[in-house]
Amino acid sequence: MAGGFGVGKTTFVGAVSEILPLTTEAVMTDASAGIDDLGLTPNKTTTTVAMDFGRLSLDQDLILYLFGTPGQHRFWFMWDDLVRGAIGAVVLVDSRRLADCFPAIDYFEEAQLPFLVAMNGWEGQFLHSEEEVREALSLPPHVPVVRTDARSRDAVKSTLISLVEYVLTVRAAYGRTY
Amino acid sequence: MRDRDGTEDEPLFRPYAVTGGRAEPRYHLAMETLVSSVALKSNDYSLLSPEQESIMMLCRTVRSVAEISALLRVPLGVARVLIADMADEGLVRLHMPQLNQGQPDLNLLERVLSGLRRL
Repeated sequence: MAGGFGVGKTTFVGAVSEILPLTTEAVMTDASAGIDDLGLTPNKTTTTVAMDFGRLSLDQDLILYLFGTPGQHRFWFMWDDLVRGAIGAVVLVDSRRLADCFPAIDYFEEAQLPFLVAMNGWEGQFLHSEEEVREALSLPPHVPVVRTDARSRDAVKSTLISLVEYVLTVRAAYGRTY
Repeated sequence: MRDRDGTEDEPLFRPYAVTGGRAEPRYHLAMETLVSSVALKSNDYSLLSPEQESIMMLCRTVRSVAEISALLRVPLGVARVLIADMADEGLVRLHMPQLNQGQPDLNLLERVLSGLRRL
Protein backbone atom coordinates (compact mmCIF):
# COMPACT_ATOMS: atom_id res chain seq x y z
CA MET A 1 0.00 0.00 0.00
CA ALA A 2 1.49 3.27 -1.07
CA GLY A 3 0.24 6.79 -1.58
CA GLY A 4 0.58 10.30 -0.31
CA PHE A 5 0.18 11.40 3.29
CA GLY A 6 -3.43 11.30 4.49
CA VAL A 7 -4.79 9.55 1.41
CA GLY A 8 -6.26 6.72 3.50
CA LYS A 9 -3.64 3.93 3.46
CA THR A 10 -4.19 2.87 7.05
CA THR A 11 -7.97 3.07 6.60
CA PHE A 12 -7.66 0.88 3.50
CA VAL A 13 -5.61 -1.74 5.37
CA GLY A 14 -7.94 -1.56 8.39
CA ALA A 15 -11.03 -2.17 6.23
CA VAL A 16 -10.00 -5.77 5.49
CA SER A 17 -7.47 -6.63 8.18
CA GLU A 18 -8.57 -9.19 10.78
CA ILE A 19 -6.44 -7.38 13.35
CA LEU A 20 -6.33 -3.67 14.10
CA PRO A 21 -3.50 -2.36 11.92
CA LEU A 22 -0.22 -2.68 13.80
CA THR A 23 2.89 -0.55 13.57
CA THR A 24 6.41 -1.88 13.43
CA GLU A 25 9.31 0.49 13.83
CA ALA A 26 12.83 0.40 12.57
CA VAL A 27 15.61 2.50 13.99
CA MET A 28 17.73 4.15 11.32
CA THR A 29 21.02 5.94 11.63
CA ASP A 30 22.63 8.34 9.20
CA ALA A 31 25.72 6.18 8.98
CA SER A 32 26.14 2.70 7.60
CA ALA A 33 28.19 1.50 10.55
CA GLY A 34 25.16 -0.08 12.17
CA ILE A 35 23.54 0.82 15.42
CA ASP A 36 25.80 -1.05 17.83
CA ASP A 37 28.01 1.83 18.77
CA LEU A 38 25.59 4.73 18.96
CA GLY A 39 26.79 5.72 22.40
CA LEU A 40 30.33 6.18 21.08
CA THR A 41 29.45 8.55 18.28
CA PRO A 42 27.20 11.26 19.66
CA ASN A 43 27.02 13.09 16.30
CA LYS A 44 25.09 10.30 14.69
CA THR A 45 21.40 10.96 14.37
CA THR A 46 18.75 8.28 14.57
CA THR A 47 15.28 8.27 13.11
CA THR A 48 12.45 5.92 13.84
CA VAL A 49 10.59 4.85 10.75
CA ALA A 50 7.13 3.44 11.31
CA MET A 51 5.31 1.07 9.01
CA ASP A 52 1.67 0.08 9.41
CA PHE A 53 0.40 -3.31 8.39
CA GLY A 54 -2.61 -5.58 8.59
CA ARG A 55 -3.22 -9.29 8.24
CA LEU A 56 -5.73 -11.48 6.42
CA SER A 57 -5.92 -15.24 6.94
CA LEU A 58 -6.98 -16.67 3.60
CA ASP A 59 -6.68 -20.34 4.46
CA GLN A 60 -5.39 -22.48 7.30
CA ASP A 61 -1.84 -22.12 6.06
CA LEU A 62 -2.10 -18.94 4.01
CA ILE A 63 -1.78 -15.45 5.50
CA LEU A 64 -1.76 -12.28 3.45
CA TYR A 65 -0.01 -9.25 4.96
CA LEU A 66 -0.77 -5.74 3.80
CA PHE A 67 2.08 -3.32 4.44
CA GLY A 68 1.82 0.45 4.14
CA THR A 69 4.81 2.45 2.94
CA PRO A 70 6.40 4.85 5.40
CA GLY A 71 5.08 8.36 4.75
CA GLN A 72 8.37 9.92 3.71
CA HIS A 73 9.74 8.29 0.60
CA ARG A 74 13.35 8.74 1.65
CA PHE A 75 12.65 5.85 4.03
CA TRP A 76 11.44 3.52 1.33
CA PHE A 77 14.60 1.47 1.43
CA MET A 78 12.65 -0.38 4.13
CA TRP A 79 10.57 -1.60 1.22
CA ASP A 80 13.48 -3.07 -0.70
CA ASP A 81 13.11 -6.24 1.38
CA LEU A 82 9.34 -6.31 1.11
CA VAL A 83 9.33 -6.07 -2.66
CA ARG A 84 11.03 -9.45 -2.74
CA GLY A 85 8.21 -11.94 -2.29
CA ALA A 86 5.48 -9.33 -2.61
CA ILE A 87 2.53 -10.02 -4.88
CA GLY A 88 2.17 -6.44 -5.98
CA ALA A 89 1.34 -2.94 -4.83
CA VAL A 90 -1.72 -0.73 -4.62
CA VAL A 91 -1.03 2.97 -5.13
CA LEU A 92 -3.91 4.78 -3.46
CA VAL A 93 -4.54 8.23 -4.93
CA ASP A 94 -6.61 11.28 -4.16
CA SER A 95 -7.23 12.67 -7.63
CA ARG A 96 -6.97 16.24 -6.31
CA ARG A 97 -3.41 15.56 -5.19
CA LEU A 98 -2.03 13.26 -7.85
CA ALA A 99 1.55 14.51 -7.56
CA ASP A 100 1.72 12.90 -4.09
CA CYS A 101 1.87 9.45 -5.65
CA PHE A 102 4.65 10.11 -8.22
CA PRO A 103 7.39 8.78 -5.90
CA ALA A 104 5.42 5.56 -5.31
CA ILE A 105 4.91 4.94 -9.03
CA ASP A 106 8.57 5.64 -9.77
CA TYR A 107 9.62 3.30 -6.98
CA PHE A 108 7.48 0.35 -8.12
CA GLU A 109 8.43 0.82 -11.78
CA GLU A 110 12.09 0.81 -10.79
CA ALA A 111 11.60 -2.25 -8.55
CA GLN A 112 9.64 -3.99 -11.34
CA LEU A 113 6.83 -4.78 -8.94
CA PRO A 114 3.40 -4.90 -10.61
CA PHE A 115 1.06 -2.23 -9.24
CA LEU A 116 -2.36 -0.78 -9.84
CA VAL A 117 -3.66 2.70 -9.13
CA ALA A 118 -6.76 2.91 -6.93
CA MET A 119 -8.66 6.21 -6.83
CA ASN A 120 -10.06 6.74 -3.35
CA GLY A 121 -13.55 8.21 -3.58
CA TRP A 122 -15.08 10.39 -0.91
CA GLU A 123 -18.75 9.65 -0.20
CA GLY A 124 -18.86 7.70 -3.44
CA GLN A 125 -17.81 10.79 -5.40
CA PHE A 126 -14.95 10.68 -7.88
CA LEU A 127 -13.84 14.06 -9.14
CA HIS A 128 -11.89 12.65 -12.07
CA SER A 129 -12.30 9.77 -14.46
CA GLU A 130 -9.95 6.80 -14.72
CA GLU A 131 -8.72 8.14 -18.07
CA GLU A 132 -7.94 11.57 -16.65
CA VAL A 133 -5.91 9.97 -13.85
CA ARG A 134 -4.11 7.62 -16.26
CA GLU A 135 -3.15 10.52 -18.47
CA ALA A 136 -2.06 12.76 -15.62
CA LEU A 137 0.18 10.00 -14.24
CA SER A 138 1.44 8.95 -17.72
CA LEU A 139 0.62 5.34 -16.89
CA PRO A 140 1.29 2.66 -19.47
CA PRO A 141 -1.96 1.20 -20.87
CA HIS A 142 -1.56 -2.15 -19.09
CA VAL A 143 -1.53 -0.63 -15.56
CA PRO A 144 -5.09 -0.83 -14.17
CA VAL A 145 -6.79 2.25 -12.71
CA VAL A 146 -9.71 1.33 -10.45
CA ARG A 147 -12.17 3.10 -8.16
CA THR A 148 -12.18 2.18 -4.49
CA ASP A 149 -13.37 3.36 -1.09
CA ALA A 150 -10.80 2.87 1.65
CA ARG A 151 -13.53 2.65 4.30
CA SER A 152 -15.45 -0.15 2.61
CA ARG A 153 -14.44 -3.75 3.16
CA ASP A 154 -16.07 -4.83 -0.10
CA ALA A 155 -14.42 -2.09 -2.13
CA VAL A 156 -10.99 -2.86 -0.65
CA LYS A 157 -11.44 -6.58 -1.16
CA SER A 158 -12.37 -5.98 -4.77
CA THR A 159 -9.28 -3.76 -5.25
CA LEU A 160 -7.06 -6.55 -3.89
CA ILE A 161 -8.73 -9.07 -6.20
CA SER A 162 -8.10 -6.73 -9.17
CA LEU A 163 -4.44 -6.52 -8.17
CA VAL A 164 -3.93 -10.29 -7.97
CA GLU A 165 -5.80 -10.81 -11.27
CA TYR A 166 -3.59 -8.19 -12.88
CA VAL A 167 -0.43 -9.82 -11.53
CA LEU A 168 -1.57 -13.17 -12.97
CA THR A 169 -2.19 -11.50 -16.35
CA VAL A 170 1.24 -9.89 -16.28
CA ARG A 171 2.86 -13.22 -15.49
CA ALA A 172 0.99 -14.94 -18.31
CA ALA A 173 1.93 -12.23 -20.79
CA TYR A 174 5.54 -11.60 -19.85
CA GLY A 175 6.60 -14.89 -18.36
CA ARG A 176 8.16 -14.80 -14.96
CA THR A 177 9.37 -11.24 -15.03
CA TYR A 178 7.33 -8.09 -15.10
CA MET B 1 8.32 4.29 20.80
CA ARG B 2 5.38 6.61 20.49
CA ASP B 3 1.72 5.88 20.28
CA ARG B 4 -0.50 7.69 17.80
CA ASP B 5 -1.35 10.21 20.49
CA GLY B 6 2.35 10.99 20.82
CA THR B 7 2.75 9.73 24.37
CA GLU B 8 5.86 7.87 25.35
CA ASP B 9 5.16 4.21 25.71
CA GLU B 10 7.46 2.01 27.76
CA PRO B 11 8.56 -1.06 25.79
CA LEU B 12 8.22 -4.42 27.46
CA PHE B 13 11.97 -4.70 27.70
CA ARG B 14 14.99 -2.56 26.95
CA PRO B 15 15.67 -3.22 23.28
CA TYR B 16 19.45 -3.29 23.03
CA ALA B 17 20.06 -4.85 26.42
CA VAL B 18 18.31 -8.06 25.40
CA THR B 19 20.31 -8.58 22.21
CA GLY B 20 23.63 -8.23 24.00
CA GLY B 21 24.28 -5.06 22.00
CA ARG B 22 24.13 -6.81 18.64
CA ALA B 23 21.96 -5.22 16.01
CA GLU B 24 22.48 -7.66 13.14
CA PRO B 25 21.04 -11.16 13.29
CA ARG B 26 23.13 -14.08 12.11
CA TYR B 27 20.91 -14.37 9.06
CA HIS B 28 18.32 -12.15 7.48
CA LEU B 29 14.67 -12.53 8.38
CA ALA B 30 12.08 -10.85 6.18
CA MET B 31 9.37 -8.77 7.85
CA GLU B 32 6.77 -11.25 6.65
CA THR B 33 8.66 -14.42 7.65
CA LEU B 34 6.28 -16.49 9.77
CA VAL B 35 7.29 -17.78 13.17
CA SER B 36 5.69 -20.52 15.27
CA SER B 37 6.83 -21.74 18.67
CA VAL B 38 7.87 -25.30 19.33
CA ALA B 39 6.02 -27.06 22.18
CA LEU B 40 8.26 -27.22 25.25
CA LYS B 41 7.93 -29.23 28.44
CA SER B 42 6.54 -26.94 31.13
CA ASN B 43 9.75 -26.91 33.18
CA ASP B 44 11.74 -25.80 30.09
CA TYR B 45 9.98 -22.43 30.22
CA SER B 46 11.90 -21.53 33.36
CA LEU B 47 15.09 -21.52 31.26
CA LEU B 48 13.80 -18.83 28.91
CA SER B 49 14.49 -15.13 29.24
CA PRO B 50 11.35 -13.00 29.72
CA GLU B 51 11.47 -11.78 26.12
CA GLN B 52 11.92 -15.33 24.79
CA GLU B 53 8.93 -16.39 26.85
CA SER B 54 6.83 -13.53 25.42
CA ILE B 55 7.75 -14.59 21.89
CA MET B 56 6.98 -18.27 22.68
CA MET B 57 3.52 -17.27 23.95
CA LEU B 58 2.78 -15.01 20.98
CA CYS B 59 3.86 -17.59 18.44
CA ARG B 60 1.56 -20.34 19.64
CA THR B 61 -0.42 -19.01 16.70
CA VAL B 62 1.71 -18.26 13.66
CA ARG B 63 2.92 -14.64 13.58
CA SER B 64 5.11 -12.66 11.24
CA VAL B 65 8.35 -11.01 12.35
CA ALA B 66 6.61 -7.63 11.86
CA GLU B 67 3.75 -8.65 14.17
CA ILE B 68 6.12 -9.79 16.89
CA SER B 69 7.99 -6.48 16.66
CA ALA B 70 4.72 -4.50 16.84
CA LEU B 71 3.09 -6.52 19.64
CA LEU B 72 6.20 -6.54 21.85
CA ARG B 73 6.87 -2.89 20.96
CA VAL B 74 10.48 -3.42 20.03
CA PRO B 75 12.18 -2.17 16.86
CA LEU B 76 12.18 -4.53 13.93
CA GLY B 77 15.94 -5.07 14.08
CA VAL B 78 15.75 -6.20 17.70
CA ALA B 79 12.90 -8.60 16.96
CA ARG B 80 14.97 -10.06 14.10
CA VAL B 81 17.97 -10.74 16.35
CA LEU B 82 15.85 -12.35 19.07
CA ILE B 83 13.91 -14.54 16.65
CA ALA B 84 17.00 -15.62 14.71
CA ASP B 85 18.68 -16.67 17.98
CA MET B 86 15.57 -18.56 19.07
CA ALA B 87 15.44 -20.34 15.73
CA ASP B 88 19.08 -21.38 16.20
CA GLU B 89 18.22 -22.74 19.64
CA GLY B 90 15.30 -24.70 18.21
CA LEU B 91 12.68 -22.77 20.20
CA VAL B 92 10.80 -21.50 17.15
CA ARG B 93 10.25 -22.63 13.58
CA LEU B 94 10.51 -20.24 10.65
CA HIS B 95 8.24 -20.53 7.62
CA MET B 96 9.40 -18.84 4.43
CA PRO B 97 7.07 -18.36 1.43
CA GLN B 98 7.79 -20.36 -1.70
CA LEU B 99 9.37 -17.95 -4.11
CA ASN B 100 10.30 -18.38 -7.71
CA GLN B 101 13.13 -15.95 -8.60
CA GLY B 102 11.98 -13.64 -5.82
CA GLN B 103 8.31 -13.76 -6.83
CA PRO B 104 5.42 -15.75 -5.37
CA ASP B 105 4.77 -18.76 -7.58
CA LEU B 106 1.64 -19.06 -9.72
CA ASN B 107 0.07 -21.66 -7.47
CA LEU B 108 0.42 -19.32 -4.50
CA LEU B 109 -1.13 -16.45 -6.48
CA GLU B 110 -4.11 -18.62 -7.46
CA ARG B 111 -4.62 -19.60 -3.83
CA VAL B 112 -4.50 -15.95 -2.72
CA LEU B 113 -7.04 -15.04 -5.41
CA SER B 114 -9.51 -17.74 -4.41
CA GLY B 115 -8.95 -16.90 -0.73
CA LEU B 116 -9.80 -13.24 -1.36
CA ARG B 117 -12.90 -14.17 -3.36
CA ARG B 118 -14.15 -16.34 -0.49
CA LEU B 119 -13.86 -13.54 2.07
